[in-house]
Amino acid sequence: MTVRQQKQKQRLKATKVTTGLRIRGLVKAYRPGHSVLKGIDLDILGQEVTAIIGPSGTGKSTLLRCINRLVEPSEGQIVLSTSDGEIDMTQVRGLALRRARRNIGMVFQEYNLVERLTVMENLLTGRLGFMSAWSAWFRNFRQSDIDQAYRFLDTVGLADFAGQRADALSGGQRQRVGIARALMQTPAVLLADEPTSSLDPKTSSEIMELLTEQARAQQIPVVINMHDVELAKRYATRLIGMSDGKVVYDGAGSGLDHGMLKTIYGGESWLVP
Amino acid sequence: MVSAIASASGTPTTSIRPFALSGRAKIGCVIGLLYVVYACSQLDVTWARFSAGLSHAGNFLGRMFPPNFDRHALLIKGLGESLEIAVLASVLGIALALPLGLFGARNLMPTWVSWPARAMVALCRALHPVIVAILFVKAVGFGALAGILALTVASIGFIGKLFTEAIEEISLKQVEAVRSTGASFASLIIFAVMPQVFARFIGFCTYQFDSNLRNSTMVGIVGAGGIGGTLFSAFQRFDYDFVAAILLTIITLIMLGEVLANIIRRIFIDNVSVGDLFKGQAHQNTTRKMTSLR
Repeated sequence: MTVRQQKQKQRLKATKVTTGLRIRGLVKAYRPGHSVLKGIDLDILGQEVTAIIGPSGTGKSTLLRCINRLVEPSEGQIVLSTSDGEIDMTQVRGLALRRARRNIGMVFQEYNLVERLTVMENLLTGRLGFMSAWSAWFRNFRQSDIDQAYRFLDTVGLADFAGQRADALSGGQRQRVGIARALMQTPAVLLADEPTSSLDPKTSSEIMELLTEQARAQQIPVVINMHDVELAKRYATRLIGMSDGKVVYDGAGSGLDHGMLKTIYGGESWLVP
Repeated sequence: MVSAIASASGTPTTSIRPFALSGRAKIGCVIGLLYVVYACSQLDVTWARFSAGLSHAGNFLGRMFPPNFDRHALLIKGLGESLEIAVLASVLGIALALPLGLFGARNLMPTWVSWPARAMVALCRALHPVIVAILFVKAVGFGALAGILALTVASIGFIGKLFTEAIEEISLKQVEAVRSTGASFASLIIFAVMPQVFARFIGFCTYQFDSNLRNSTMVGIVGAGGIGGTLFSAFQRFDYDFVAAILLTIITLIMLGEVLANIIRRIFIDNVSVGDLFKGQAHQNTTRKMTSLR
């Protein structure tokens, strides 16, 4: 066993207890005075699968994007616990921010693969944070990273697609590549921004299954934004209901009755009796 | 009109003609036409002049044939110089246009970087290559160097602008995904931006090389090196048969350049391997037609 593998194993052991997110008083206002997020407090820990549900425009995507700083939060604290210690995501910048981002894998609604690169190259972009631009220019990826990429391709069931260009894949296949790319980062947390909204029902449950499986396999928490309440109840161990920029429900799927759904989404004509 | 629509439970009482010209548009057309007539009278463009000119042209063409290739050493020397000017200007121009084009992209760069880069590119495009060539002849003296510099400026102007536009049209979602992996800005350019613009960039470069090849045969007329100088003096000495020889050679060179540009484009854009280029020509011609139809 090489030193690197030993380190990785140690890290996996360590992640069991430590990795997660602690969010306190998170506020985001795109325009002054018009907050989208109005003070979010959340703890996301362990290997749980958390689904965030809520109407469009309530700030679910903004919340996830604040965590890896694709969106700048206005106020509050987001503490990311990794095996190497704690990082306040709202305070880091420059190199420290890029280092911190390596710990957060993200899966997107529209997959966001680099269309003209092959599946393998897309997976390897997950390692870009760990290498110099010089190595990136010469496509000088470590053999261990390439081997890891093949293993993940196998995990997501696309072992035969390594050399295909990303734009030749179907939606479900693309999302699998998106997940594998995020896993290549060996993240401490996995975020998924409506990963199933562009997919058919069968593929959607396959993707959800893959995400929950990987939460267990990598021993990391997974946070998923979604619109499909039933799908969320089926796969998530914890549901968070958001309405008007605030958390209005936090608990198991079973506690989500009609009254609660009415509070989250408003109206009741859409609720099946 | 409102009343016509309001009463239109049956057929409308007044008909509305589609594509009717407004009064102002009619006046505009008349003014435009009057200007054309005025310009013709100012510049002495008359039928009599044109028919007289035709007979001169016949005389001139007659003296061009047969083309005279006796001074082929001079011809080849000039042509070689033109080719060198075109290649050097293309390489230098592309190398400089790459960073400038990237800096000019407003979706990736802050304003204080993009604005000067865009201004620089606009400046390079402002003047015609012949005027730039004259400026460089005055600055660095007669010869190929002036031609190289003039065409480098033209290349920066053209490729810089198109490259900037190509980058501004990329999908930022792909960039965002790579950014969220913690990649540095340089890695982001290499893995998320370049793949999206590379094929178009190769297209711009081959087109610019084609254009530089044509212009390199012309800058010699103002003393900036290449076959243009030879052509100009042949005209001055009424050596029309030598002029014909030069023109035919230039046409051949441009055709060869076109073929070369096509090969480069097919290697980089259509991913054809070099070996395949020289096999099965007939088959390739049909696929080429199919792709052009798409």
